[in-house]
Amino acid sequence: MRTRSAGRSLGAGSWCMADVALFEFLHTEMVAELWAHDPDPGPGGQKTSLSVLEGVGFRVGQALGERLPREMLTFKEELDVLKFLCKDLWVAVFQKQMDSLRTNHQGTYVLQDNSFPLLVRMASGLQYVEEAPKFLAFPCGLLRGALSTLGIKSLVTASVASLPACEFWEALPVSRVKWGPQSICLLLRGEAAPGCRSPFHRRGIQDQRT
Amino acid sequence: DDLSHKTQSSELFTLTYGALVTQLCKDYENDEDVNKQLDKMGYNIGVRLIEDFLARSNVGRCHDFRETADVIAKVAFKMYLGITPSITNWSPAGDEFSLILENNPLVDFVELPDNHSSLIYSNLLCGVQMAVEAKFVQDTLKGDGVTEIRMRFIRRIEDNLPAGEE
Repeated sequence: MRTRSAGRSLGAGSWCMADVALFEFLHTEMVAELWAHDPDPGPGGQKTSLSVLEGVGFRVGQALGERLPREMLTFKEELDVLKFLCKDLWVAVFQKQMDSLRTNHQGTYVLQDNSFPLLVRMASGLQYVEEAPKFLAFPCGLLRGALSTLGIKSLVTASVASLPACEFWEALPVSRVKWGPQSICLLLRGEAAPGCRSPFHRRGIQDQRT
Repeated sequence: DDLSHKTQSSELFTLTYGALVTQLCKDYENDEDVNKQLDKMGYNIGVRLIEDFLARSNVGRCHDFRETADVIAKVAFKMYLGITPSITNWSPAGDEFSLILENNPLVDFVELPDNHSSLIYSNLLCGVQMAVEAKFVQDTLKGDGVTEIRMRFIRRIEDNLPAGEE
């Protein structure tokens, strides 16, 4: 399946509007269908059960990134890109801005959404906290894919302490010489919050060694 | 606030759907199985969607299949996909009709590779209908001028759900 780019902007008014419920239901079905379903379990048979969902999110993020307005592609600083993700991308996808953005100025960013729409309907509290990571794989991939289109390789993992608040961890290259698509250095800074069982963390570290 | 609900650009849904179909094509060897999965997922979505739909629209129980057709085309499609298909080709018995989609938002970015000729790309849409048989008889992706979904009334579900709606 190839995608065509038609040069229209993200969330532009000329677009047909679809109801958000449709995306939410589709996402729920995707989680049910695709999680724990990895045709390529990797070395040692280690199960990266959410990598398929993450991969689907990545492709969607990439395509969304391709459809960004031109001026978006000339960010000067990393922080601008992150602000863009927190504002424009998040609004286009989830109709709200990210609640907070923190960074250690060394390539690690923490994006926090205090009422993440895909979790809001599930619970308020700890009731379904074990299930929550399944619903974060796709958005993690989405962010990673959008960054990839903007020329940034990243590792995005998510953790949930208490529904429906969640955080997206972004690791961006620290030792990059110049701003450009060549950047490849990948490092995860910051510790995942307690209760993080995301498999991406592990996988990303492995990738880096090879 | 019947129809006022959060909307988003349909491209997120469209792109996500495309990525899903791509993934299913990788996972399953033949298109028939992909179609089956899409059908099943569509059905599951439909079961939830009907709740959402009834809660938000003021549509009551439909008394006949013609009314159902109107609700599907003019209210439901409009509400969820922002399009209004036209209704044509009623069977003399009034138990079959076609929904004609001038443009199918699900296929906006798609070129169907030749080796997936039996893939019914938008099969997910069919699952969204209940107690009826819904199938694609024309598809713009396959070179037809329009997309046509043929709806056939099978039976009335007596319990819990209003018959035939969506």
